[in-house]
Amino acid sequence: MIAQGRISKNKAETAMSDSVLSVRNLTVDLPKGMERQHAVQDISFDLPRGEILCVIGESGSGKSVTANALMGLLPSLMHVSSGEILFQGQNLLKLEKTALRKLRGRVVSMIFQDPLSALNPLMTVGDQVMEVMAAHGEGTTETREKRALELLTEVGLPDPTLMLHQYPFRLSGGQRQRVMIAMALALEPDILIADEPTTALDVTTQAQILELIQKIQRKKGMSVLFITHDFGVVAEIADRVIVMEKGHMVEEGVADTVFTAPQHPYTKRLIAAVPRLRETDRPNASEYRDETDEPVLAVEKLNMVYRSGGGWFSRVREVKAVQDASFTLRRGRTLGVVGESGSGKTSLGRLLIKLLDSDSGQILYEGQDIASMRESDFRGLRPKIQMIFQDPFASLNPRSTIGHIVTVGPIAQGMKKADAKAKALTILEKVGLDSGAFGRYPHEFSGGQRQRVGIARALMFDPDVLVADEAVSALDVSIQAQILELLDKIQRETQVAMFFITHDLRVASQICDDLLVMQKGRIVEAGPPSQIFYDPQDPYTRELVAAIPGTDHILQQA
Amino acid sequence: MAGFLVKRLWQSIILLIIVSMIGFGVLHLTPGGPLSQYALTPGMTQETMDRIAEQMGLNRPLPIQYLDWAWRLLQGDWGTSYRDQQPVLTVIGRHLFATMLLMVSSTVISIGLGTWIGIRGATHRYSTFDYTATVGAMIALSIPTFWFGLVGIYVFSLKLGWLPAGNMYTIGDGSVLDYLHHLILPSIVLALVNIAIWSRYMRTATLDVINQDFVKTARAKGVSERRVLMKHVVGNALLPMITLAGMQLPNLLSGALVTETVFTWPGMGRLFLDSLGYNDYPVVMGLLMFSAILVLLGNLIADLVAASIDPRIRLA
Repeated sequence: MIAQGRISKNKAETAMSDSVLSVRNLTVDLPKGMERQHAVQDISFDLPRGEILCVIGESGSGKSVTANALMGLLPSLMHVSSGEILFQGQNLLKLEKTALRKLRGRVVSMIFQDPLSALNPLMTVGDQVMEVMAAHGEGTTETREKRALELLTEVGLPDPTLMLHQYPFRLSGGQRQRVMIAMALALEPDILIADEPTTALDVTTQAQILELIQKIQRKKGMSVLFITHDFGVVAEIADRVIVMEKGHMVEEGVADTVFTAPQHPYTKRLIAAVPRLRETDRPNASEYRDETDEPVLAVEKLNMVYRSGGGWFSRVREVKAVQDASFTLRRGRTLGVVGESGSGKTSLGRLLIKLLDSDSGQILYEGQDIASMRESDFRGLRPKIQMIFQDPFASLNPRSTIGHIVTVGPIAQGMKKADAKAKALTILEKVGLDSGAFGRYPHEFSGGQRQRVGIARALMFDPDVLVADEAVSALDVSIQAQILELLDKIQRETQVAMFFITHDLRVASQICDDLLVMQKGRIVEAGPPSQIFYDPQDPYTRELVAAIPGTDHILQQA
Repeated sequence: MAGFLVKRLWQSIILLIIVSMIGFGVLHLTPGGPLSQYALTPGMTQETMDRIAEQMGLNRPLPIQYLDWAWRLLQGDWGTSYRDQQPVLTVIGRHLFATMLLMVSSTVISIGLGTWIGIRGATHRYSTFDYTATVGAMIALSIPTFWFGLVGIYVFSLKLGWLPAGNMYTIGDGSVLDYLHHLILPSIVLALVNIAIWSRYMRTATLDVINQDFVKTARAKGVSERRVLMKHVVGNALLPMITLAGMQLPNLLSGALVTETVFTWPGMGRLFLDSLGYNDYPVVMGLLMFSAILVLLGNLIADLVAASIDPRIRLA
């Protein structure tokens, strides 16, 4: 690691002349009592003029801390303990608050991960764009408005004149991110810092935003520092790459070189963990032959409509969440559902476990239609259809021990306490947790471990069907790969049928035997991953597949 | 919007009916009744008592009495005070100004001070100021209002002689300054609890907002710290407070009742207590309906204000 640091510094010195920003030996301390002493330690790099530099790493690697340190926006608990950030010969860390404020937005701009919360909900889009100019005393009210209109047009927002007076809540995530970009560009800064700007977006929207950032960067000759955890995104836009691990810079280089010949073992591991589109379908995990075996769950013409409003005086608004969905789930096989947010894939999952009621159609389980069943009749069957949730932090009660979380369901269904505990211990071991976990609390575990607890909880019932709603979306790639492996292993052992909901097509190709592509509540295409990805029939599927970041890059092979 | 108002009106009417029924029922359950004041009159006979009861309509079954009262109310007749034979609205009107003066001034003090303490506590979290404010709020919340009133009178009126001990104005003076002089102590005492509540809520609301991404966005834009705080943080933190303000109104009314008694303030609170003592049913019922309407109005205004500030709220 020390050797790596030295190499990067040497490179940095040679590249000094054409860099806009130089970071030298930057160390940021974490508050006392954290798992490590420094958020980032002794990192040095240069941001080359007119290029896109990607900083990649998993959560906790210090990549966001680095970005915030450059902006002087570190949380009050973190302090820069040593190092320099040099811009035009002056050290930004030594700059006075007011002087630094004058640089923000004018020389260095920033866009953030979550476009839903990054805009003030009480101010119109136009006001927020104009505020940048006002804060730096640029122009008059009229010229500012004219410029704001230009910017909104430039970032490709529909009907910019109307958009000027629109409040953020009326905009989609992608549109809000475009507003953020417009805001960041208002004063034509030299440097744009983008902190995971596409992580919260759908694949197709992500592709559009990446294209926009790249286009603008080229047009204005801006330097972009782009923080991401996704090697696919790096492959799309990076000129140079910095790889970070636990606060250290472990590798730096030209993007192509880092991909084709990664030097550091961590980089190699990270690249290896990126889920890829398989060329061939997943080896069959099922012990049964499709043709002869009865499906576990057969869904026919399922429909669900969300109705809102409709009091005494208001009109009912209807959204068709699921329309005429028909498919079968088979023992030992995984059926994946992919689609953008709002496509109805989560609603479909909830219908299967009857967290939502369908309006029409059938769900046949062991010959009975559970769709029309009353809740009290269904309760006995509930253990057989289990769910794994997306957010490993929100889905475990922080005040319960793991043992309680895992056994409370079976005990409620009539299992003896001692039996439940014995079973819990075996299952915890099966999902890769040691028996000591039984008495501990969720906060003592990492995200990946918590997701294992979530899986153990579902397995306690020996379910026939597992519904996994974005079960790996909140996890880092390396953890993601482990959880996918675990799910695969469990399916081979228990022959459980899985219904796997995801927005990430690469993940879907790893774990699914069959895929449904959903758009606006409809299943537009169904088939094995090899066909969906390499010979998509529906135009929407083609669009989705084309939007996968890094597809036409080296990542696809290997 | 129109639909919202119509719906709100219906809900309010139903609520008022329920409130009036409960109030009427409970009032008539109390022992004694309006006739007890005549019982001690020398030479009073049972026959005379019965005749008075008949004149006042008190010998009829309770539901009939209620319907009679409600029917008159609908026609705008709030009844006549048993005590001084004046129309109820005239009696309330005479005390309305005093209570409104007290409530408005104490609200201004509590919102102003409470908001400021809350914001400062949030921006200077765990500072001496923050700890002092926290402890102060706990004290203000756990000690009853009348105690603060009495201590206030003892210290500022009796010992220091700075402020008058009671009443709304000095007889024979009645200038604006004289009113203000009399207003200081009762409005501050009445405000104390609300400053405490308000500052706690405001602190939490500010802390919620201060860590949101859009505040960071504002800083990243180069917006000055002052404007970040005033425009982005406070603007958003005040939203939940508007609803709270609407709900604080009943508290303020009951607080005024105590404060007015301690400071012999000639307001509705004291009128209410006095009328209860006399079993002056029409006035008590009038006050009850009046404050119920006030509370409903307060909540309605809070909702309308919130909707006008927050574009995401659509009233339906």
